[in-house]
Amino acid sequence: MEKKNRKGSVLFSEYKRGEGIKKAITAARENILFEIRESKLKGRGGAGFPTATKWTLVSAASSEEKYVICNADEGEPGTFKDRVLLLEYPELVFDGMVIAGYVLGAKSGILYLRGEYEYMKKPLEDYLESMREDNLLGKNILGKKGFDFEIKIRMGSGAYVCGEETALIESLEGNRGEARNRPPFPVTTGFLGKPTTVNNVETLASVSHIVIKGGEWFRKYGTDKSTGSKLFSVSGDCEKPGVYELPWGTKISELLKLVGAKDTKAVQIGGASGVCVPKSQFERTLAYEDIPTGGSIIIFNEKRNMLNVLRNFMEFFVEESCGQCTPCRIGNVKLLEGVEMIENSKYTFSYINQLKELGRSMQVASKCGLGQSSPNSFISILENFKEEVFSGNGGTNGK
Amino acid sequence: MLVLEKNAMTDEIERLVDKFGKNRSSLLPILQEIQKNHKHIPDYAQQEIARLLDIHPVEIYSVISFYSFLNTKPKGRNIVRLCQTITCDLAGKKAVANAIERELGIKFGETTKDNKFTLEYVNCLGMCDQGPALLINERVYPQVNPEKAVQILSEVK
Repeated sequence: MEKKNRKGSVLFSEYKRGEGIKKAITAARENILFEIRESKLKGRGGAGFPTATKWTLVSAASSEEKYVICNADEGEPGTFKDRVLLLEYPELVFDGMVIAGYVLGAKSGILYLRGEYEYMKKPLEDYLESMREDNLLGKNILGKKGFDFEIKIRMGSGAYVCGEETALIESLEGNRGEARNRPPFPVTTGFLGKPTTVNNVETLASVSHIVIKGGEWFRKYGTDKSTGSKLFSVSGDCEKPGVYELPWGTKISELLKLVGAKDTKAVQIGGASGVCVPKSQFERTLAYEDIPTGGSIIIFNEKRNMLNVLRNFMEFFVEESCGQCTPCRIGNVKLLEGVEMIENSKYTFSYINQLKELGRSMQVASKCGLGQSSPNSFISILENFKEEVFSGNGGTNGK
Repeated sequence: MLVLEKNAMTDEIERLVDKFGKNRSSLLPILQEIQKNHKHIPDYAQQEIARLLDIHPVEIYSVISFYSFLNTKPKGRNIVRLCQTITCDLAGKKAVANAIERELGIKFGETTKDNKFTLEYVNCLGMCDQGPALLINERVYPQVNPEKAVQILSEVK
């Protein structure tokens, strides 16, 4: 696994393998939880749930068996930061899992890797083996009596919805990857009914740094409500696509400048389930309090047809909806039909408005994040790019 | 399926059940191994997995039908998947798709007559910074163009 020479203030700052584990096991569990709470770290997958709260609930649950699951089912269109972290910084991710195991009193960790990343399985397993040799995994880790922890890798099989934590757990249990009703939440009733924490790859990687450098250090970066830095996966119409580490609170316009984007018309933030931001709003910031995101940034220049973009997203959701709840299963199909009507100029505005209403219903009535967020791009593209989309020539005005 | 083939399949599944454990959460790893070795999960294998894990065969079928990388009908020896998601689409997916279709003489979703290739679309491969991306079996090929894609395919055995 080759490491590129990446520079960054938090995640890509210096870290030696095992360092975090070594420090963690000399501290009391409560102290580590305290540091994480101080850091105000929030889940990096996109939902932004406070990590300390999740971990406190799991560590408070009384059970012989607990599980630490690392969610590497990175399927959101335009996201590839986990690929970079796992291939270039596996020490951050796996140390984070071991630290979680120590804090929560779990003995078992599972990395749920998406099926498309099968080519990473072998190098990651070799890496885990080398950790075992150095006693960073296994029994009595680094000589700490009674601290046993093991990590297994489990593969997904090409289902976007398994990135949703309860669907992921269902998949691990050998079922269809359909989201569960909540409550109960995984923190009390997770994998095999045991208390489970499911954390994003980037969240766990952040934990390794926080343990070494402290919560206060982490909080120095970013904004009040969004602390630390974020990995942004930048793709689309720009000169330098790739993964960038930037502090939360960075303006969209700053990011565009950094990556060499020219003639930008729109930026899709948060992938297909995120929102499409037009030029007039490029001074908004990337942060939980303004535009929250899992880090996917897709840039469109003036030549792109936004209706085609929307069609691509809606086709994606129709394919990936698991089908168990009606708003998502039928709603996405209806929204896609709406896009086709606009393409063929066979729409009425009253029907399009009804579809937007349907989208809003889906946002509240769908069972999991997929259906709750799939109408975002439909609504935001139709509202922000009205003139282009409804120009009467099949949305090709922008071409 | 011949009796010999059936026996071999049963042996294989028994070994997998031993390896992963006789419980429901071993189901996906077992299915993934069978899929890898046989390029599909035949009816007989489904029944045997059901028997050995003590689950109803319908459950096995329902799980297979959920995941896009598992299938019950045979596919070609090599599965070629082209990323169809937005960034690869912007980067010229269509031209690559057309070139592959012409070269192999099949459409997406079909298998070549010699059973060498099955052609499919796939959703985001996580290679958006290096699109268009092609996944052949487990290997990813970034930044393909029509010519390069055809060249890569000609090197696959």
